[in-house]
Amino acid sequence: MSLNKKFLEYPRRGYGMDHGRYEWSMLIDRPKVAWPSGKKLALWVNVCLQFFPVNQKGKPFLPSGGLSMPYPDLRHFTLREYGNRVGIYRFLKAFDKYSIRPSFAINSRLVQRYPYLLDVLKERGDEIICHGFHMDALHYGGQDIHEERDLIKRSLGILRELSGQDVNGWISPDRSESENTPELLVENEVKYFCDWVNDDMPYLFSTANGDIVAMPLSQELEDKFILMNNHHSEDSYVDQICDACDFLLAESEDQGGRILSLNIHPWMLGQPHRIGKLEQVLEYVTSQPAVWSAPANEILSYFKESNSQSHELGDSKESYGGYAYPIKVGKGSP
Amino acid sequence: MDTAHEDLNLYEYWPYHQRPKIVWPGGARLAFWVAPNIEFYEIDPPMNPFRKPWPRPSPAVSGYSIRDYGNRVGHMRQMKLLDKYKIRGSISLSAAICDHHPEIIQMCCERDWEFFSHGVYNTRYTYGLSEEQEREMIRDACNTIEEHTGKFPAGYLAPALSHSEHTLDLFSEEGGLYTCDLFHDDQPTPVRIRNGKKFVSVPYSLEMNDTIAYVVNKIEPRQYGKIIQANFDRLYQEGEESGTVMCIPTHNYQISCPHRLRAFEEALEYITGHSGVWLATGKEIAEYFIENYYESSIVDIDSKAREVI
Repeated sequence: MSLNKKFLEYPRRGYGMDHGRYEWSMLIDRPKVAWPSGKKLALWVNVCLQFFPVNQKGKPFLPSGGLSMPYPDLRHFTLREYGNRVGIYRFLKAFDKYSIRPSFAINSRLVQRYPYLLDVLKERGDEIICHGFHMDALHYGGQDIHEERDLIKRSLGILRELSGQDVNGWISPDRSESENTPELLVENEVKYFCDWVNDDMPYLFSTANGDIVAMPLSQELEDKFILMNNHHSEDSYVDQICDACDFLLAESEDQGGRILSLNIHPWMLGQPHRIGKLEQVLEYVTSQPAVWSAPANEILSYFKESNSQSHELGDSKESYGGYAYPIKVGKGSP
Repeated sequence: MDTAHEDLNLYEYWPYHQRPKIVWPGGARLAFWVAPNIEFYEIDPPMNPFRKPWPRPSPAVSGYSIRDYGNRVGHMRQMKLLDKYKIRGSISLSAAICDHHPEIIQMCCERDWEFFSHGVYNTRYTYGLSEEQEREMIRDACNTIEEHTGKFPAGYLAPALSHSEHTLDLFSEEGGLYTCDLFHDDQPTPVRIRNGKKFVSVPYSLEMNDTIAYVVNKIEPRQYGKIIQANFDRLYQEGEESGTVMCIPTHNYQISCPHRLRAFEEALEYITGHSGVWLATGKEIAEYFIENYYESSIVDIDSKAREVI
């Protein structure tokens, strides 16, 4: 028994990453970030508004939270719909109560189906992020590039037209990408995306079509990760977010501004027995004097401003995490 | 597999009572060590026929990127905590980290931390390798570590816990002293190696391993802190009768997430607040055991050996 000799060959074993997407950079080595008004911790609440079609194909894999029973899986279909009819309105009340300025990541098919909901969001004026077409329109390794290009173009086109916003941000359905997704996003004038979870601060991600910013949206702190994937209790959800808040505030004392990102789903936390837990979290976090609530685009814009100032001040490190190297493009690029 | 055995016969049955008494240096009753796994997972590794590196086609964005988080963000957080409690880490190292992230190696060398071998990459498994191929992988990992740290690694934890029947034999033949791959005991035990050299198992707890706790057993962070303390309490109590070993194996992408550091810090505060605790590294435990208790253990083991029916 033996394996092909390529199993003991390591063509990408060298300094930095094993791909050309971004430079190796430890968070501690970056310039300290200053948030407005001396704040230390940016609270970014992002709400995922999702449509899971009942005729789900589940190809090439089932998305997390996807339908799992034979057609027509009304059980899970309606549980997800609950979020868009009921849970979201509980969220909005909670946001207003605690002066949260969230972003909404929306499946484009959902705004076609529920224009009323989009009107409510437009009226509020919060930032809208594209969350792909719907939860069964996945991006995945090996996907045909023409198919994916059409999908991204269509998703963004619909959302931009109906929302009236530029829509600069992107979160892939189930946070899954193909090897071409970053190029295609830049091709469609997306400025930042939120699928990668390798950092607590924004950084530059290179594509054959130019750079895009990777925004840190924690998966470990997502409601559905803690409650559905890990089967932790609602009380533990509260503990975990509050502990994360305390830790990041303490770290920001000597390392500069940090971001606490909460990715939440109205079909999960919008249930009557859970909404109080979200409120408890928001109450705790917003009662910290050094916390500041803002949507992604605003956090990013202050981040850029802070970085350009530390650059002007003669900080030897470039903005975006020591990203001062020539860009290499990964083999996955088209 | 037809040639598979009922048991690899790496050790004798050795009951956990009436063993020769172990006393750790300074009269300590518990040897405590922390083993941070510092790993590199490849974004697009060759496909091993026995185990898929990633559940989804490359790029496996969440799996790959959270592990990168451990190196970019998490390492500094854990190192700061271990510094605070004067604990020298025993690093379970993907040797390729020496090539990819030498800064991390440098910082750990400055602290006189120990490095032991955890293979080349955590996406290159032992499964399916011929004996010579496995030897080549082990040699590559050990030599890389020696070249970058100045010390040949004394310990071994198979990459992604993937083993062959000869993994420990090969590591011993290459110059290794101890293994972390066996979870059969709370004290060091002799391991039978085909070349007859002295070789031991140092307890490296899977139950205390943060990835097993968080990802497999899905334990809540504060509860993880509690089970660490309970694990310590019992081993500390029993250590009065004969010295025990407690290990916390960690991963920077688990333990160092903002919502999990508190539990770990409280546990370290609790453990290091006790007298009679020897803050050691894996190699120090292995060497002390071999120097002082290996022979008496063999005698005791032989006296309790019974014929297998």
